[in-house]
Amino acid sequence: MNALSTHDKLVISNVSRRGLLKGIAATGGLVLAAQLPAVRGALAAYPTGAASMPNGVVSNPKIFVSIGSDGIVSIVAARAEMGNGAARTALPMIVADEMEADWDRVRVVQSPGDEKTYGNQDTDGSRSVRHFIQPMRACGAAARQMLETAAANTWKVPVGEVEAKLHEVVHKPSGRKLGYGALAADAAALAVPAEDKIKLKEASAFRYMGKGNVRISDIVDITTGKAMYGQDIVLPGMRFAVIARPPVVGGKVATLDSSAAMKVAGVEKIVTLAPTPAPAKFAPLGGVAVIAKNTWAALQGRDALKITWDDGPNKVYDSKAYRAQLEAAVKKPGKVERNEGDVDKALASATKVITAEYYAPHIAHATMEPPAATARMTGGKWEVWAPVQSPGGARDDIAAALGIKPEEMVVHTTLLGGGFGRKSKCDFAIEAALLSKDMGGAPVKVVWTREDDIQHGFYHTVTAERFEAGLDASNKVIAWRHRSAAPSFMANFVPDPKHPGDIELGMGWVDTPFNVPNMRMESGEAQSHLRVGWFRSVNNVAHAWSIQSFIAELASQLGKDPKDFLLEMIGPARIVDVAKSVTTPWWDYGEPQQVYPVDTGRLRKVTELAAEKAGWGKALPKGQGLGIAAHRSFVSYIATVVHVEIGDQGKITIPRVDTAIDCGFCVHPERVRSQMEGAAVMGLTLAKYGDITFKNGAVQQSNFNDYPLVRIDESPTQTNVYIVEHGIDVPASGVGEPGVPPFAPALCNAIFAATGKRIRQLPIGDQLAT
Amino acid sequence: MTDLRVNGQQRAYSGDPAMPLLWYLRDELQMTGTKYGCGVGLCGACTVHINGEAVRACQVQMSEAAGKAVTTIEGLHPKHEHPVQVAWRDVGVPQCGYCQTGQIMNAAALLAKTPAPTDAQITSAMAGNLCRCGCYQRIHAAVRAAAKGA
Repeated sequence: MNALSTHDKLVISNVSRRGLLKGIAATGGLVLAAQLPAVRGALAAYPTGAASMPNGVVSNPKIFVSIGSDGIVSIVAARAEMGNGAARTALPMIVADEMEADWDRVRVVQSPGDEKTYGNQDTDGSRSVRHFIQPMRACGAAARQMLETAAANTWKVPVGEVEAKLHEVVHKPSGRKLGYGALAADAAALAVPAEDKIKLKEASAFRYMGKGNVRISDIVDITTGKAMYGQDIVLPGMRFAVIARPPVVGGKVATLDSSAAMKVAGVEKIVTLAPTPAPAKFAPLGGVAVIAKNTWAALQGRDALKITWDDGPNKVYDSKAYRAQLEAAVKKPGKVERNEGDVDKALASATKVITAEYYAPHIAHATMEPPAATARMTGGKWEVWAPVQSPGGARDDIAAALGIKPEEMVVHTTLLGGGFGRKSKCDFAIEAALLSKDMGGAPVKVVWTREDDIQHGFYHTVTAERFEAGLDASNKVIAWRHRSAAPSFMANFVPDPKHPGDIELGMGWVDTPFNVPNMRMESGEAQSHLRVGWFRSVNNVAHAWSIQSFIAELASQLGKDPKDFLLEMIGPARIVDVAKSVTTPWWDYGEPQQVYPVDTGRLRKVTELAAEKAGWGKALPKGQGLGIAAHRSFVSYIATVVHVEIGDQGKITIPRVDTAIDCGFCVHPERVRSQMEGAAVMGLTLAKYGDITFKNGAVQQSNFNDYPLVRIDESPTQTNVYIVEHGIDVPASGVGEPGVPPFAPALCNAIFAATGKRIRQLPIGDQLAT
Repeated sequence: MTDLRVNGQQRAYSGDPAMPLLWYLRDELQMTGTKYGCGVGLCGACTVHINGEAVRACQVQMSEAAGKAVTTIEGLHPKHEHPVQVAWRDVGVPQCGYCQTGQIMNAAALLAKTPAPTDAQITSAMAGNLCRCGCYQRIHAAVRAAAKGA
């Protein structure tokens, strides 16, 4: 891969034209940006899963960097910003660091959805820093070298005599200086250095990487109300739409009387949208749209619709009955997903077999910003503004729904008011495009209400988990059988899958890293009657909760300390060769094993670190307890200790959480801390409250009254985060998601320590009240 | 006709008197800093001040806003440097940021009435504002910092 050197013909253009939204436009002036074919590949010290992602990575500074004559450096953010600070802060910061740009003179410009130009944009799977730290370093370093070459050419001195330093290039022997603005035009005319000529900084010279000294790019706009989310788009002449969607997935309108709705002042049009047969990927649910002059009129109009629905076959979905099916499925042998040793024989010969079952329900993402999108067509050109996690993929899907080519439309990525996987699915953006089309291309914003969001989402799967652990005479675990049954999100993509796909299997299940000679994981059959979607940390949530809870149960039964027993189960520091015993190819987050192995030494280390910092073993008053859990996900290692106090009526108070994370080289420690703090709150919400149930095929919850989120008065008082320090040589790994899985089991284990009550089903709800 | 003041400016509204102030601000005035989160007064994302009190704009009908002085995040401070805004930046509170304007408006109203709140008063006053990203620890710290700076 030598692609960085292949460009000899440049077309200067102004990146600011891409910044169509108010407030994100770059400054003018001569710029480095150029209309070029995408460059694949990057200066990579180690391979990552980025290579196998659609459209890979791009590191060309002529794509990502522009410099105005005023010296303002604009850096393109091509991925979606949903709050973890990766897309619009960490990645541009990496570029800025390598190019010796002064962060105070950097502007971040959001790209449209266009993976051919920018590389993969699917902001999901905790991949942004993991996959883009290397290409963004190469991008910044190349830009720095071009600026240095431009300065050396101006001064007619050898390039070895010049050095870029904080937004200017210095001629070392004479002390002459030229600012980046003055060098921009000459630098833009140069070819990008060949990959083997790119010189990355030494880690000792990093200004921002690893320091945590950079504020998030949008902090001023966020705190002044100027930040633009999908819900906030306003276009001239824009109409507002809300949609009455079928209560049951796959349902359609049987009868419709819209006469009263049309009489509501401000209502302009009623449009019926057809459902898409399964597998529908991210296609809208269909229903009846009310298009009006403002949101309020649209809502009033929707309330006045008289609709009867033909629910279709998913009407059978009933959470109570389905739970019984899942629990029956895990009581019998399932499809073997990983097999090591002979678990049947070992269980038969065990001195004692300990069994436990766990159940975790559906949950909804409940992003603070409900989905919303705006579309319009002017002069044959489509534009969509949407808070989508995968703007490139959304462009393909929306274009397909409109029957046009992706190149005939622009998808503008707004800020996302939370994503958590919900906004990976662009159904709401397709709705906006279809309604605008129906209105002849007039701008239409589709607003989802909170009720729409809670009742028509893509839900975290429901799961039953069953464990059997066989002990020998010395109380050592010699057999481990774990059965899991959960409807698969693959039902969005393929007809009627009966078992999880490799991604779901790989989420903290088949890769269980225990030092047990006989292990088997079996998946039970489970049919999907809804839109299952990935929720932050995905199947890791229930896997980690049940596995880590069962470990603590075993410890209790064996009279061992839960932390010591967890370490005993993890076993000595080693690399676990999961691949040799799986029956479906092991996904492992799409990463190459030689770079991101399952390293129990790192899992041990975070476990010990969290325990030590939490004061594991300290005496606590009655009604209080500590619980611990450790889990590898998104190729990072996290351990969490929760300190809980259980009061009257089972009231849960959490004075303190201690979380240790090993995410390889940590690009932005301050944002990693904020992710871990937030993960504790989200973990608490899903443990305490998260419960979406279906009856007659429809979701029974509707808003924060019956789908509550943890508030400040019940959230952990203090969450301490400890980051295992690594140099740049240890590959960066996931951060956005892996903080969530260990929290619920650590909490439940703490509750057990405090009360002796074992939580085997989520949410905790009122289980502690009695 | 409904007359009201928004961020010091006199406004006249002649539409449905039952329309929540939230949609008037967002759709009619295009002041989108006041966020929609739930529509039922449970999340606080739409918090504004009416005559100095923190209220949920989704729960105030336009007829009830008549004659009142409404302050939104856009009008909280002429230079957008209210002590609460400054503290929010210094502490690095936001993740996605969507709920934060409501949080800031709520905190500003608290400190206007209670310049030196106890920890329990901060927690109690902020309990009506949801944050799905879970920035509560920093919200608390920022309100505390703003109180010191006030």
